[in-house]
Amino acid sequence: MAEDVKGESVASNDESDRAASDESLSNTMLTEGSCLLRRMEICVAEAEKRSGKNAVSMQETYTVYLVETRPMDAIAEGRNPPPDSLWRRYSEFELLRNYLIVTYPYIVVPPLPEKRAEFVWHKLSADNMDPDFVERRRIGLENFLLRVASHPVLSNNEMLYHFLTKEHGWKEMVYETGFQTKADSRLRALSATFRVRSPHKRLVEMKHYSDGLQSHTSQLLRARTRVADRLYAVYKVHGNYGRVFSEWSAIEKEMGDGLQSAGHHMDAYAASVDDILEEEEHYADQLKEYLSYAEALRAVCRKHELSQFELEMASQDLISKKQQREELATGIVRTFSLKGMTNKLFGQEAPEQREAKLNLLEELIAEGEETVKEKTAECDEHAEKAWADIVRFKDQKDKDLKEAFINYALMQISMCKKGIQVWSNAKECFLKM
Amino acid sequence: MSVGAPRGLASSGQKLITEILHPLSAAEEPLSPGQDVTISAEKDKEPGLTNGTPVEISSPASASVLLSRLQLDCEPEADAHDAFGSGEPRDLFVTVNDPKKHVSTMETYITYRVSTKTTRIEFDLPEYSVRRRYQDFDWLRIKLEDSQPTHLVPPLPEKFVMKGVVDRFSEEFVDTRMKALDKFLKRVADHPVLSFNPHLNAFLTAKDLNKRQGLALLTKVGESVKNVAGGYKLRARPAEFSAMGEYLDTFSQKLGTIDRISQRILREQSEYLTELREYGAVYSTWAASEEQLQRPLEGVAGCVTTSCGALEDLSDNMSQDFLPVLREYVLYIESMKSVLRKRDQVQAEYEGRLEAAVLRKQEDRTPIPVEVEKCQDKVECFNADLKADWERWQRNKRQDFKQLLTGMADKNINYYEKSQAAWESLIPLLQEKQTEDKTSETN
Repeated sequence: MAEDVKGESVASNDESDRAASDESLSNTMLTEGSCLLRRMEICVAEAEKRSGKNAVSMQETYTVYLVETRPMDAIAEGRNPPPDSLWRRYSEFELLRNYLIVTYPYIVVPPLPEKRAEFVWHKLSADNMDPDFVERRRIGLENFLLRVASHPVLSNNEMLYHFLTKEHGWKEMVYETGFQTKADSRLRALSATFRVRSPHKRLVEMKHYSDGLQSHTSQLLRARTRVADRLYAVYKVHGNYGRVFSEWSAIEKEMGDGLQSAGHHMDAYAASVDDILEEEEHYADQLKEYLSYAEALRAVCRKHELSQFELEMASQDLISKKQQREELATGIVRTFSLKGMTNKLFGQEAPEQREAKLNLLEELIAEGEETVKEKTAECDEHAEKAWADIVRFKDQKDKDLKEAFINYALMQISMCKKGIQVWSNAKECFLKM
Repeated sequence: MSVGAPRGLASSGQKLITEILHPLSAAEEPLSPGQDVTISAEKDKEPGLTNGTPVEISSPASASVLLSRLQLDCEPEADAHDAFGSGEPRDLFVTVNDPKKHVSTMETYITYRVSTKTTRIEFDLPEYSVRRRYQDFDWLRIKLEDSQPTHLVPPLPEKFVMKGVVDRFSEEFVDTRMKALDKFLKRVADHPVLSFNPHLNAFLTAKDLNKRQGLALLTKVGESVKNVAGGYKLRARPAEFSAMGEYLDTFSQKLGTIDRISQRILREQSEYLTELREYGAVYSTWAASEEQLQRPLEGVAGCVTTSCGALEDLSDNMSQDFLPVLREYVLYIESMKSVLRKRDQVQAEYEGRLEAAVLRKQEDRTPIPVEVEKCQDKVECFNADLKADWERWQRNKRQDFKQLLTGMADKNINYYEKSQAAWESLIPLLQEKQTEDKTSETN
């Protein structure tokens, strides 16, 4: 079971480098303010299959992931304490993330690795239980935790801390916060179409940008899948050369040896594509992360729109109530209203009734003004905090994607070098023919 | 009865068996096709031979003496390194180049320049330059086959192309065809017997190739081989010729397989190229909506584009240089198999006649007729020619395929080198921007 492992220490993070993003991530963390990751080393070490009964009492197999933590100060002091650890399912990660999204609507919350395998090129398994998929998911989950734990705002969250340290009862704790009701109402509101009168210019721009980012990354992922399929075919067909060279070498005297060896190299060439494409999946995962990030960004902008809309509704309501008060007080009907008409037709009400109505209105107006004040503050705060996080996000995105492109270029170079090697070997065999 | 034939061109006065007068035909036209060449309709009946050297006429009129003569004349193994099987330095150089389109009211066609440089005395001038079209090459080949049926005549590129499917006047097609014609002519010019054929001489030198004239300078051997009586069954094909046949069958099969594989690769590469292009385009589109990432994204798009270009070059190369040579060899093999069949026929006729003659001799002591001995000579000549050509063909084949396959390897290496260079040049571009960002952060 996990223990409390809080300690203030400015230590260097020497977590294991499992993904390239870890490297840049650790650099990012060090320049931020004090956050969880500086106090605690986190990793998702393993994955295991479990069987059990699910909510509807059906037998199911699922994967659990081992979340390990170690106190940074102990590491800095050179001690090497064994990690505290607990097992978490993907659904628990999802729960954590949903909680964070609701609790921090103005933060671009880091995404989880994909729930189901998508953008799969045909030889890649789409099975969630496939070991390669599980391994990539493990990396993705670790990445998620590292990003959250290094975020200046998110890393301070208590539920996050408990997620990392409290294996049992954590889910109940999260539900007790009641975030789900907030989530449900927000979700309903967000899915409705509404128009905002005076939209926040920069946030609207960001929303459009997020749409673009989403469309570009998904297009890229789709195109990459097709390219991968074709590349696979090209390499594999070369394997046939191996077979025919071997057969041909059997009828040749001087040429035989050279042909036979060359054939082996052709076989090696055909086989090399498997590793090449597997490595490329890491690049695809980085793109997928930002595809999901684009959705998160969009959500932040939309939630501000919702706040803005609610503010405008509240303001509108206040204005109309004030108008009603004025009408009642002065008896002058400025705008057409049914009340006005009935008053004209049937005469006005008794003074006591009017008094009661006026008092009620005053109350409502006072409430309304409070509401508007709150909503305005909320909206402004949301916009301000959102913008701050969006700026942070943009920098992170630029850095991460640039790094991803560098890695992709390195992969391409490696592929070319392998190709040159194989064909040079084959050429030497041909020369000996 | 097969005879070991001298390997190479007649050198130091020694002649190939075909160039030596048959002891029984001293008064008749010589066997050799290598005549003093004057382009006239008449056949020269002088028993002169190539190179103007005196004729060696063996006096004893028996096949066995001829045989022993051959054995004496047998040259040691020709240079293994001499790819052309010639003990002499080459003295005939031909080149096919400079295609030009001719448009007339009747037809449109391409001609090629055929340039010749030679020191041979059969040629009046040391240099020639004529223009020939495919038809002319075809004529030459037919004439060579007819007049030299015991030899392997190299193949021509395919004659017919489906109009509408292949553009006969496209640069690629013309270039591919020209290279094949050049190869054909070079192979003929390097052949110790074919290169002395008067038809070749006419082809290389005549201003106007009058194909209808009776330049049918058929040799005795040629004539006789053409008129081989059919209907004889071959009794015992020498093992080496059977082996040749089997080899050719298997080899032809393997070449066909390689052709199919290569075509499949080309198809897959084409599809890959299509997807790669679209893939690169997405990076460009994305770049337009980014600020800091614009240059990196465009950089990636650029690398993908470069790779596409390199891939296209590779594919073009395979279809223009690799596949045609493969197909040419398949044609070569076909013509070789037909020569083998002819050889079988000649041998079969000899065997049949010999058997009949032996029987008659047993019956009434009639001596073996001259005809039978002539048949025997035919067989021996044919076998000798064929074996010499086979060896030459094997050497050339080895060279050709070594060249072809290393060429294929080179082109692939080239492709990867170009792609690698592009990606390598991108990395500093991507990295340098990063350090720029870092400096701006710390500021």
